Order: sequence, then structure tokens, then C-alpha cells
Amino acid sequence: MFHAAAASAAWLVLIVLGMAALSMLWGGLPALRRFGFGFIFSTDWNPVTRQFGAGVAIYGTLVSSAIAMLLAVPVSFGIAVFLTEVAPARVRPVVAAAIELLAGVPSIIYGMWGLFVFVPVMSDTIEPWLTSSLGALPLVGPLFSGPPLGIGMLTAGIILGIMIIPFISSVMRDVFMLVPPQLREASFALGATRWEVVRKVVLPYTRTAVVGGVFLGLGRALGETMAVTFVLGNAHDFSLSLLMPGNSISAAIANEFTEADSDLYLSALIALGFLLFVVTFIVLAAAKLMLLRLARRDGRTS
Amino acid sequence: MRLAVMALALASFAGAAQAQQITGAGSTFVYPILSKWSADYSKDNGVQVNYQSIGSGGGIAQIKAGTVDFGASDAPLTPAELTVAGLMQFPVVIGGIAPVINVPNVAAGQLKLTGAVLADIYLGKIKAWDAPEIATLNPDLKLPNLPITVVHRSDGSGTTYNFVDYLSKVSPAWKAGVGVGTSVSWPAGVGGKGNEGVAAYVERIKGSIGYNEYAYVMQNKMTFALLQNAAGEFMAPSIKAFQDAAGSADWSHAEDFDLVMTNAPGKGAYPIAATTFVLMHKTPKDPAHSKTALAFFGWALEHGQAQAQSLDYVPLPPPLVIQIEAYWQAQFH
Repeated sequence: MFHAAAASAAWLVLIVLGMAALSMLWGGLPALRRFGFGFIFSTDWNPVTRQFGAGVAIYGTLVSSAIAMLLAVPVSFGIAVFLTEVAPARVRPVVAAAIELLAGVPSIIYGMWGLFVFVPVMSDTIEPWLTSSLGALPLVGPLFSGPPLGIGMLTAGIILGIMIIPFISSVMRDVFMLVPPQLREASFALGATRWEVVRKVVLPYTRTAVVGGVFLGLGRALGETMAVTFVLGNAHDFSLSLLMPGNSISAAIANEFTEADSDLYLSALIALGFLLFVVTFIVLAAAKLMLLRLARRDGRTS
Repeated sequence: MRLAVMALALASFAGAAQAQQITGAGSTFVYPILSKWSADYSKDNGVQVNYQSIGSGGGIAQIKAGTVDFGASDAPLTPAELTVAGLMQFPVVIGGIAPVINVPNVAAGQLKLTGAVLADIYLGKIKAWDAPEIATLNPDLKLPNLPITVVHRSDGSGTTYNFVDYLSKVSPAWKAGVGVGTSVSWPAGVGGKGNEGVAAYVERIKGSIGYNEYAYVMQNKMTFALLQNAAGEFMAPSIKAFQDAAGSADWSHAEDFDLVMTNAPGKGAYPIAATTFVLMHKTPKDPAHSKTALAFFGWALEHGQAQAQSLDYVPLPPPLVIQIEAYWQAQFH
């Protein structure tokens, strides 16, 4: 009885997942059939002539999430190390509670805060500085060119990063605390510095869980909708510059679903949803593979 | 016996509900005025109007499927489409759309634009505020050498539909290159979500231009630009100018009111005035509901003017109301 109940709960997840993927594939089939593989790469998105391509949206989703990870992973790591290794015992619960509260803020609030508070800072201060300092460099220059609108890929990435910090850092903190104190104390006794303890003892011990936490955050960043919609600029134009407006899969769906007036348009949006599913799956599968490879390498060296 | 009593009770409940509640779905643009009308109407008549603002596209789909008593769309359906679906269509309320700008030292109502120049700005052909095309229209203004940032709606919207319908009427290049729809492939600029998104972007970005519903522009005191109408006058958006646009539009020759009244020909007409259309079945499955809905709209058109104006909508001119009521007589069975 217990076995059956537990198993059916697990199966339910798989069934729901499979059904969701199938129904999205089914809904998106007319668009996928009409445009073929070109749908994934085409940057055309024209509801009037009914030409649809997911290129810009996929690119925007990946790039904004990548920026978010670049920001969130080091900061979360810093927070977790501070909370477990550095902070005085009285400060720890206060900071930890504050971070968990941040995780409870609805994403639309991040979006509005981004639009009304953060975008002005970006357009008045940060982006002009980026353009003047980095914009002229040969390789990275094109990434930081264009007028300082304040809205665009970079702003969206930063907001996303701030949003996922609580998730990643609280996972990291929880697993860092699980490291047996004997291990830690033994390393200190051998004369290791704090950094060496974190680097050589804590991280190897918790690596699987840390990577898991990072990818939990990445999964959220890939699918985030409202906060991104507010600050991304929602333009279906491909632009290399991070300061220019772009689009993401979830933002395009949220924006255009209500007024999608032809069957093909609706189908293209559902196909976008299916592609988000595929992209997320590929990213998470890659993470799993990476963990497996790490585990195997450890097996050889030790 | 008990079953029979329960069935009877249920039946009488359903019978009462029929006359007391009607449902509609569609355009977000009319949602505020429909809720106001419905609140006032239910006070006097006890009829509840349950309106879901799910967007025009959704409204059309719902009324075609027959799941609601009426649909509302910002763009009219063609008579051919209406015949296929067995629907009738009529306008209920007028609104306007105004270009809004953020240019240093230019106040509301100072900058003059023609339709062609507005289209070229949105096409990305005119790139700076001191371009000769804008300067010749505004010899008195000192316009800065500032790049223009175009702001448009990112969500599909009836506001966009009427705005680009106007652009394609005044600019062959727009008509050929971009076209008309509730969302289009914008040649330039950034997209804000909803009226508030566009307003926030225009407020934030120096040198930007966007478009918003009149009610939104007025309530937020935004800097609007004047727009030249078909008669050659530079018009500020106002209730009177929208009414003149509705009055000068050629409704009497528009079958099923299939008319988008942008670029209206009359003197004093504002160039981007728009109506929202209500869609209903000509021979509904449930005539009681539809009759109640028609009674509601009849009341709204004849007695709902004050509510409309208090929310910065414009009531339909009386001759048009008479024409609509004649249309009901002829079409509704």
C-alpha cells in the first residue's frame, strides 16, 4: 500500500510532464510543420504576413539567462560562504531569513522595480559608462554598443540574476552546513586558511548539491516571464548588442497569446512553449552529464 | 418525488439566471466602461453583465464558439466573415489614440506631425528630432539633435490595430512594408507591455515617441503631439474631435458597420479615433440572453453617455445610435 502510494505520486509527475510536452507539441505542430527546422533558427516574426521563427526568442532566453548566471553564481557562493564560514553566529539567521524573504517576492514586483528604479540607473549611469569604456574594444565592443535605453538584454539578465540569487544561495548554504564539522576542524588543525577549507574541503564534499542548486536557478531564469517582459524591450529584432531590446520565449508568449488572431500564430506561440521545454531539458541534461563526468574523474584520481 | 422537486428548483433557478445574467468577452479597451455601465444598469434592472477582458482575438473566438452572449473586438470583422459565423456587429463606444513624446523643452500640444512623417518615424526612416521633415512642420520649435527612439506595444492590442491602420492609410510604404494587425513586425524601436508599459518607456527614454489611448494620456498628463487630419488641420486629441471623426465617417455605406474610422475626412476630425465593436449571434441558441444583452446595449447607447465621458471615452453621436437600433431590428431574429 505504502509502496503503491509513493510510486503513484512519482508516476503522476512523469505523466503530467509527458502530457504537457505532448500537448504543446500537438498544439505547435501546425507551425512546426509549416516552417520546418527553419522555425528554430529563423529571426522572422511577422504576424501580418504570418511568417514565424523562434530564433530571436531562443537567443534572448539563452543570453539573458547566461548573464543572470554570471551574476548570480558568484554572489550566491559568496553569500553562502559568508553565512556558513565567516558571519558571527548572531548575524546568520537574520541574513538567512532576509534571503528567504527575497525568494518570496513575486516576479512582477521585480519587473516593476526594474522598470521604474533600475532602468533609470542603467540608462543614466551604467550603460553610458559601458559604451564609453568597453564599446570601442575590438571583440567585446559590439556587445556594448547602441543608445543607452536602459532596457534590453543586459538589464533583463541583471534583474533575473537578482531574482535567482535567493534560490541558489539558500541551496548552497543548506549543503555547506551539512559538511561534517570534524572535516572542517581537521583541516583548520592542519593549518588551512578559511579559503583553503572552502576550496578543498567544503566544495568537493558538496559539489553535486551545489551544481544542482545552480541549475535549479538556471531553470527558473530560463522560464521567468513577467520580470523579463518589463525590462527586455520585447522587440523581435536580432541584435548582437546587450544594450539593445530583445525578446525571450516566455515573454513573447505572455505578450502575444491573448491577441493571437490566426491559428498559425497561436500554433507558433505554442511551438515556442514546446521549444522552451526542449531548451530547458537540454540544459538540465547537460548538467547531469557534467556531474556524471565529474564523478567518474574523481573515481579515477582517488 | 424529492428528485422531481429538486429538478423543478434547479429549472426555476436556471430560468431566473437566464434573464438576470449575461456574459461577454473580448477587448480590454472597453473593459472599464463596460464594468461601469454594468454596475449602473444592474442597480436599476437587476441584470448582471459578466465581462471578461481576454483580448479581442479571444472575444471573437468565444462568440464564434457560442460560449458567451456577446464578444467585443477593437477591429471590425468583414461582412463575409460575419455571414459565415452568423454574427452581427455594431460599435458601442469611441476612443482615441494619441502620439506621445519625450523631447526636452517641448510641451504637450506643441509639436506638429503629419501622418506621413509619423509613419516615417515608425519605419525608422526619420532618425533624429532635428530632421528637416520635422523641422519644416515646426518652424517655431527649437528641436534638439537627439536620436528618436520608437516605442510600441509589445502585446497584441486593439490600440496597435487602429494606430497601424492609420499609418497604412497615410503611408504607402507602411502599407506595403508592415501592414495592419493587432501586432505587427515593427521595423524599429522597443516594445512596452500595455498602455502603462509604453507610457513608462516614453517617460524614461529621452527622445522617445509612443502611442497611448486617449484616456490614459489624459489621466497621466502625458506630452501628446498634434496630428494633421485629412482636412489639413493640426488636431489635439479631444472628446469633440473624436465625435467629429465619428460624425464624418461614412457609416451609412458601411455594411455591418465594417469601418475603421481612422483618417476620417471631416473638418475638426481627429485622425486616430477608434471604436470597439460588439459581436452577437443573429439567431442565437438562447434568445432570452441575447435580448437581455441588446436591452443592455440599448440602454448604454441611449443613457450611458455621462458614464462614458467620466472615463474619457466618447459616446456615439445620436444619428449613429439610431442607425444601430435600426440594424438590430433588421438583423436580430
